[in-house]
This record gives sequence, C-alpha cells and structure tokens, in this order.
Amino acid sequence: MLDNGQKREKLVEVSDLKMHFPIYAGLFRKHVGDVKAVDGVSFDIFDGETLGLVGESGCGKSTCGRAVLRLYDITSGSVKIGGREIGATPQGDLRKMRPTMQMVFQDPQASLNPRMTVEGIIGEPLSEHTDLDRKGKLAKVHELMDAVGLNRAFSSRYPHEFSGGQRQRIGIARALALNPKFIVCDEPIAALDVSIQAQVVNLLEDLQKKLGLTYLFISHDLSMVRHIADRVAVMYLGKIVEVSPRDALYSDPLHPYTKALLSAVPEPDPDVTTDDRVILQGDVPSPSNPPKGCNFCTRCPAVMDICHENEPEFREVSPGRFVACHHHNETTN
Amino acid sequence: MPDGGPLVLDVQNLNTVFATRGGEVHAVNNVSFSLKKGELLGVVGESGSGKSVTMMSLIGLLPSPPAEVRNGKVMFDGRDLLQTDANTLRDIRGARIGFVFQDPMTSLNPVFTVGYQLREPLIRHMGMNKKAANARAVELLDLVGIPDAAQRLKDFPHQFSGGMRQRVMIAIALACDPEVLIADEPTTALDVTIQAQILELVKELRQKLGMAIIWITHDLGVIAGIADRVMVMYGGQVVEQAPVREIFKNPQHPYTKALLQTIPHVSGERSERLQVIEGQPPMLGAAPTACPFRDRCDVSHDRCERENPERVNTGAGHDVACFLAEKESMNA
Repeated sequence: MLDNGQKREKLVEVSDLKMHFPIYAGLFRKHVGDVKAVDGVSFDIFDGETLGLVGESGCGKSTCGRAVLRLYDITSGSVKIGGREIGATPQGDLRKMRPTMQMVFQDPQASLNPRMTVEGIIGEPLSEHTDLDRKGKLAKVHELMDAVGLNRAFSSRYPHEFSGGQRQRIGIARALALNPKFIVCDEPIAALDVSIQAQVVNLLEDLQKKLGLTYLFISHDLSMVRHIADRVAVMYLGKIVEVSPRDALYSDPLHPYTKALLSAVPEPDPDVTTDDRVILQGDVPSPSNPPKGCNFCTRCPAVMDICHENEPEFREVSPGRFVACHHHNETTN
Repeated sequence: MPDGGPLVLDVQNLNTVFATRGGEVHAVNNVSFSLKKGELLGVVGESGSGKSVTMMSLIGLLPSPPAEVRNGKVMFDGRDLLQTDANTLRDIRGARIGFVFQDPMTSLNPVFTVGYQLREPLIRHMGMNKKAANARAVELLDLVGIPDAAQRLKDFPHQFSGGMRQRVMIAIALACDPEVLIADEPTTALDVTIQAQILELVKELRQKLGMAIIWITHDLGVIAGIADRVMVMYGGQVVEQAPVREIFKNPQHPYTKALLQTIPHVSGERSERLQVIEGQPPMLGAAPTACPFRDRCDVSHDRCERENPERVNTGAGHDVACFLAEKESMNA
C-alpha cells in the first residue's frame, strides 16, 4: 500500500504541536508550572493511510489526538488538515470544518448520551450540519446502521440496551454520518473483549477501504496496531520518539524505548524464550517535571552521558524513518 | 512442571447463582478443577465468563444475597471451605489463601498508610506485635522490589504509582506465606512495560516461595509466559483444560481455537484480516441445558442444542467439553 513510488498527498500535517495544561497552586492560585502532556510533536498523515499512535498510559497520546482535532485550544504549533491551518482558528469557524474530521472515543459507555435513542445519536450531526428533513435523516441513519452492521430495527433503542461492541458501532456510525475524510480513533477497542475487538477492527478496515478514510489510530495494544496501521508513531512522555513504516518498526525498532516496548508485549506462544527481554526499570517520570536532556534517559538501558545533557533531535535517519535518539545521530556516531 | 504433586485445592461442581431483579443469573455452572502444590494455573475467558466469580466463591468473598453458592465442594486442607463457618474462613483468607485484586487503584484503603495495611494481616493472622510486623513489612516491600522500603511504609497509597501499588497488593497477599495465591487480572490495569516487571517478579517469587498460584486473565500472551496449566472458561463453564503447551499447540475446543486465531501478534507473520468469532457471549439467565458456545460455533450440530457436553479426557491431562472431541477420543 505504501512506498509504491507515487507521491502521496499529505492530509494531516502537524508540526511542533504543544499542549500544556497549567497547574495553579496556593491561596492566590498562582501559576506554578505546566503539565506538558504534548510537548513539541510533529508528524504527517497521508491521504488514505492509518497512522498508529502507541505509548503507555499518560504519555499524551489521547491528548495529542484531541489536540489535532482542536478539541482543546492548543498551546502552540500548527495543525493543517487538507491544507487548511486549524491551529489558531477560533472554535466558531472550526465548527463549519468539523464534518471532515471526526472522532471515535474510547469508552462507548461514556461517549453516548444514555437519554438519546440510537436514531437520535447518529442523527444529531446530521441535524447540526445538514438540512435533511426528518425522512431523509432517518433514511441516512438507517443507511449508516447498515454500514456498521447494526440491525435497523434497533434504531429507537437506547445505548444501555446494546453490548459493548455494538455501542462502539454506534459511535463509529455517528462519526461517519457527515462523510468525514479523517477520523481519530482514540483507543476504540480498549474497552472490548478479545473476540469483539477483532469484529470492530475489521469493520474499521472495511469502512476505510470503502470510503477512503484516513485514520489516526491511538492504542496501547501494539499487536493490534501492527495489524491495522500503515505507519506507526511511538510516543513517550509527551514526545514522539520514533515514526516508521509498520514492518520496519516491528522488525527493526530504532529507539531503545520502542525496543523495550515491543519486547514487553507477551507473546501467546509458550515456546518463545523471554531471556533476551528488555525489562525497563522504574516508572514514567511526571510530565510536569520531565528530566533534563532526553525524556527517556531515566529508564533507558543504553543511556549515555550526552543523554542527560542535550535533548536529541527528531530526524529522518533513513527514508521514511524518523527517530529522536543520540544513538542515531551522525555527529555522535 | 510439577506433576503428581499433592493437591492443595480441589473444587468440584461449583455453582454460583446471583438473584437479580431480572431473574437469576447462573454465573458459574458445574466448575471443577484442582490445583497442585507449587503449580501456576492460568484461567482465561472473556468478561462475564465467570472466572472472577468462581474464585471469589471459593473463599466466600461474594456478598450473599445476591450471590448464592448452590452446591459443590471446595476442598482445602481436608475441609470443605463452603461448609466452613465465617470465623474460620476469615482465618484462612489472607493467612493461607492470598488474593490480589484487579485494580490496584481502588483495592488499597486511601486513608491508611501502606505500612498499616501491610502490618494488618501480620498482626491479625500471625499474632505479631507492631515492631515485628514492621520489620516483616519492610522485608516484604523489599521482596517485591520497592526501593527505600523502610521510608515508604509511611506513605499513603496515592503516593505510589500504579505498578508500585500492584506490588504493594502482592506484598500484602504474600504477607503470611499463603499456600495458595489467587491473582485476579493483576496486570490488566498496568502498562506493558510495568506488566513485564510484575511478571518477572511473580516468576522469581514462585521459585523462592513455592506457592500454588491461580492467575486470572484475558490476555493469552501473559498465560503463555507464566502458566503451567490453563483452564479456559466460557459462559460460566470450563470448556477446556490442559497443560500450557497443549492449549497453544493443540487446542481442541472450537472456542479455544477461535480465540487463539483472533489475536494479532507483534512478531511473525502478519495476517491481512483478523479472524472473528461472530456474535455475542451468551446470557446466563438459566441453568445451561445446551452447549454455551453453540450459537457462535462453526462446527455445532443438533446435539449441541439438546445437551451440554461434559468434559472428557483426550490426552495427558487434557480435557475438553465438546461432543466432537468426545467422538475423537472414543475412536482413538
């Protein structure tokens, strides 16, 4: 699908995106610091591809996904979707652009209004952004329910009457209602059982093929990301440490964190030896007080002196492969 | 792998029913299994398959009502735990059977220090005084790899990270050197790198202390790495049970087979399309009269609609509840 010679168009361009949440303390609620949830992140997503965004909890991957869609007012940086800069657009103008960019949320229980019927939930974006009449809207809702594999007869039921997998399908149908080009999927399968996860992932893949969608697929499940993504970005403590095409990343991870992350995934095969496993020591530092130098220097098994001093540059080391690590810096090698 | 070792726990025909407003829910149906000394038994299944409820019923941790253990036997140290009175049971829980719960965020008491919570079982079960308990608590925190143990005893749970809290939970469960440790999805709430740390810790502790462990999880990868024997649950029943290599190399039950095919891998060949198990897990409204997996099974036939298959032995320590396996074993 990738690298077949033709120049592919960039649908999403993110450069130096920062999302800091201020911390206030004391009697006068003085501004004492920031939680640097996303701290200078750059990546592109090509038209029609799936970019997987992986990392541990608290690394800022969800915040990053939300910031890209401007669900937050970002601290600084630029986000271009389809060539239009939305980084600084006021929310009012943004509203008109929302139909092209949608989101599927993690928790299908919490992201569906329990007092609305399925018809109301899927139809809400239609009433907001189109001027379909009642009948037209219902027809479109039914069409969407067919597309995601929900029975039309259930359109007047409430979310609690559905199972987890079905609820996630409702969320996907709602995201599809306005024919978007770009969908951010924020851990869409994390709350589901293994046998149901596969159903939802297959659905997302089918829809992508049929409708030419572009996904930013956020997940902590590395094996599922390997399945669905064309390229993968690895995040650690607010920064992207590596972006590579999927096969390259899984067969030859460059960044020490990517290596550790991949070797920590337990393989469902009792014959796999675990002796050469990289076990990281310690926990992730707080994003309000990241270490000096490289963010990963406190846990890195291959740490050098320079890592405590200078922050490594995020650079392209071979075509399509970006990494932020002093080990892959020509000047030090 | 310990085979032929003495049984520490023997569960026979356990049934647990919840009375709800919508009627009865048969969460555990005729579950039988045993645990040998020093063995690690992995229990896998989807949510609602009855894995946690089974283990909670064993040691009387379910509130009754609404839960009711209908019949069955849980033999531990020559006595039936289901017939044991609450006081004796309380002496056994914590002291001889330890329990690690799924969510380390909510299972520690936020208003007591970690030290207090570690000392509690030691004072209650081992009759230690505070000073001795304190010394032992430091030892325990050291054992589970928490640096600066003596200092950290004075800290409250919120001052620990998720992985550290799970280590504390394990330390509490280990406090009185239990013969059996039941761990209910102990790493599900943790990140993969922290999970890897905890798994290494458990392997190490097992060698050091030699206790029997029941490890509940839905992650087949975790099971492959640590278990000696695996029990697969579906719809409140045990559908297959075998040594770990058997389960992964030679699964017999259609559900186990399908489950192993649905999970993608991080290495090896990448499949273009994921296998799915169509449909939903069964509702457990009544005592089962048919195979719980029949609606989602590729190879179900009319007998599956009429009868619930019993577990039959198909090889060394391998038993399966499926009519097809039954046939094969008869031919063999």
